[in-house]
Amino acid sequence: MTLEAAFYGIGRLDRLSYQDTAVHRLDPRAKVVATMLFVVAVVSFPRYEVLSLFPFFLFPVLMAAFGDIPAGFITKKVVAVSPFAVFVGMFNPLFDPGTVAIAPGVSVSAGWFSFASILVKFALTVSTALLLIATTSFPGICRGLRRLGVPALFVSQLLFLYRYLFVLMEEAMRVVRARDMRSFGKRGTGGRIFIRIVGTLFLRTVERAERIYGAMLARGFRGEVPSLRREALRPSDALFVLAAGSLFALCRLVPVPEALGRIARGLIA
Amino acid sequence: MSHHIFEFRDVRYRYPDGTEALKGVSFQVTHGESVGIVGANGAGKSTLLLHMNGLLLPTSGEVTIGEVPLGKGTRGEIRRKVGIIFQNPDDQLFMPTVLEDVAFGPLNLGMSPKAAGELAREALRRVNALELRDKPPHHISGGQKSAVAIASVLAMNPDILVMDEPAASLDPKSRRLLIALLRSFSHSKIVASHDLDLILDVCARCIVVREGAVAADGPAEEILSDRDLLEANSLELPLSLQRR
Amino acid sequence: MHMADALLSPAVGATFWTGTLGTIGYASKKLKAHLDDKKIPLMGVLGAFIFASQMINFTIPGTGSSGHLGGGMILAVMLGPHAAFIVMASVLTVQALFFADGGLLALGCNIWNLGFYPCFVAYPLIYKPLVGDGRSPQRILLASMASAVAGLQMGAFSVVLQTLLSGKTELPFGTFLLMMQPIHLAIGVVEGFVTAGVINYVRAARPEILDSSASAKPLAAGISLRNVLVGFVALAVVTGGALSWFASAHTDGLEWSIEKVAGKGELPEHKHGVAAAIKGLQERTAFLPDYGFKPAASEPKAKEEKPAWPNVDAGTSVSGLIGAVLVLAMAFGIGSAIRAFRGRNSS
Repeated sequence: MTLEAAFYGIGRLDRLSYQDTAVHRLDPRAKVVATMLFVVAVVSFPRYEVLSLFPFFLFPVLMAAFGDIPAGFITKKVVAVSPFAVFVGMFNPLFDPGTVAIAPGVSVSAGWFSFASILVKFALTVSTALLLIATTSFPGICRGLRRLGVPALFVSQLLFLYRYLFVLMEEAMRVVRARDMRSFGKRGTGGRIFIRIVGTLFLRTVERAERIYGAMLARGFRGEVPSLRREALRPSDALFVLAAGSLFALCRLVPVPEALGRIARGLIA
Repeated sequence: MSHHIFEFRDVRYRYPDGTEALKGVSFQVTHGESVGIVGANGAGKSTLLLHMNGLLLPTSGEVTIGEVPLGKGTRGEIRRKVGIIFQNPDDQLFMPTVLEDVAFGPLNLGMSPKAAGELAREALRRVNALELRDKPPHHISGGQKSAVAIASVLAMNPDILVMDEPAASLDPKSRRLLIALLRSFSHSKIVASHDLDLILDVCARCIVVREGAVAADGPAEEILSDRDLLEANSLELPLSLQRR
Repeated sequence: MHMADALLSPAVGATFWTGTLGTIGYASKKLKAHLDDKKIPLMGVLGAFIFASQMINFTIPGTGSSGHLGGGMILAVMLGPHAAFIVMASVLTVQALFFADGGLLALGCNIWNLGFYPCFVAYPLIYKPLVGDGRSPQRILLASMASAVAGLQMGAFSVVLQTLLSGKTELPFGTFLLMMQPIHLAIGVVEGFVTAGVINYVRAARPEILDSSASAKPLAAGISLRNVLVGFVALAVVTGGALSWFASAHTDGLEWSIEKVAGKGELPEHKHGVAAAIKGLQERTAFLPDYGFKPAASEPKAKEEKPAWPNVDAGTSVSGLIGAVLVLAMAFGIGSAIRAFRGRNSS
């Protein structure tokens, strides 16, 4: 991904994360926990399971709808990161010696099912992870992590990184653009120029860090980055986690599509 | 008897690589004064400013701030009195949200989160930036960042405000707002800048620094209309004083 | 390469998360005690730097492909292993969240693969001893290459292991290995070259940056060589056990790739030789829980046979299909309805 693409992509996701909806207002801890439960539930399905995974789409769909997150945006991002999973999974149909009957007299390699399973799981886990950041500002997530017990130093590191992420990306874009303007159409950078670009950026970063440190000292910094907030969990947050967790457990243990299908056929017949 | 709030006595500073940046600077600032510091690039303005809150310590000579001599042990105390605002607001707003940034100083001074939050809100109100309090710094404009940077220093209630090129990256409107803001402060002010018009508008007194020493020190009106003096220091008359 | 959630099993994911969280806790504690305050903003901004640099591509001459900076080694040289690990972990976390690069369960694996090996193994055991006093550009180049290659090989092997242990893929161990390791060897060489280049560039411009980080700590702020070696041996034991287990369970996979490569005849000899020995070893070292791995060794390779897969049976029932379609329709229908409703209300 080019710097520009990443910059605007992350920028958009970042802006979405500061919206104000019911989902955004949920405590970050609740959302992090719910997301992790979701991922574990999805990933715990056996390798050939495909159809029973479908009910899980309800969670990201609802989160996106109530959180005002554009569906196309998420879908595009999911597709964009799929290559590795596709690459590894596509060998399944080739290597799996087992077969499955999908219609009278027709059978395919069971590997197609495990491949499909991988793809569905992939779509589910990636979209939900994206929705976590889309509905929770990154500092919010960090605060949530801190309250969940992650060491303060690491959380502070995450926050600093985030704060200067866009600044550094812009600086990098400027340096790369300067290179491009003097390349006369020759694409790509050779090793030596790359080293110089990265080296320059590195030095500028170190100098910036020194200035930031000076600013911190000037305002009394003595080693601990202080924190301002103490957010309490509300009943709605606990309810959310409970409801989500129960839904995941249900869908994991009960083959919902099977049941629904039977009911539907019963109704029709 | 007005006490000097700032006193530099024959201050010299040599950088680790051997560059002598300050070669015997002496001056005094009294309570409530507003002093502009001008000079060519590399004359030593920034180095001088960094001594004002102890980010740098003199190689020789003395700096006294509010009757407290500057030394390793007194730096903390001095940083409560002197608020420095640096050139690049991005380097000074390092917390996740505006409010947390402005509260950083008070929290470090030992206040409770509640009290610090109150002080922060008050400071943001003074610079007309209260509505930005929950925004992350990278979502606000350059002018807004400058205002917030000032608020972050104001929140510590310093006696003196020191600023390095405060209007450098501001658009004209933001610059106007900044000037109005600075004029409204009763703090003692020290402003280093190339923007001579800003100095003329904000400061009553002006010090010219040249090659690490004070080349001139007097009323801003006088100094900044002395064309020869200015040009000898790679400067020129403020635009407002230039005739078309 | 990054691990993905879809290829992971909860057990493997949880295991590596435990390892990663433990290491984060350990590194944080160490840093809290020893860290120079000045490094706090530096770590943060360097994290942003690594993040941004990783998106600048450079072309590898002669191949036409592009590469980019990993960062683990440079960080370790500039900050020491503990701080470097924290920074790498933070970079990967941000990538996992903003790019969905890998996934949240896989993040534990990714931080381990791309952070632990370069910072706590390659740097102290390979880079530091080779680089000596850090003043000779040649030694820097040698040390960078060796440590980058080693770190990446370990990381790549870890990915293979994690994928196989999770049991979601059919990819035979041997094939997967043959794909991952050579690629990462090449990436390692390039990364080592670039790392050395940047280090030398920085040394020329501002030598004091490197000297301050290098001189202060002997084996970088308190990792004792013994601890690292113990960790390494433990890892090797686990890896070895896993390897033997999978080699026996996947004898056909390994044989398949060997057959393809060596062009040998049909049925290889399981009964004697290496395979039998491995099987024996596996029996003695089988302490790994069953991650739901397909017992491929027991199946003949006849493709026309239809084995009984209860899971798969349920999935292919007509009811299941109908239900699945219904569920999807409902889910997305509800979603659209909510959006339309909100859209009408909010404007």
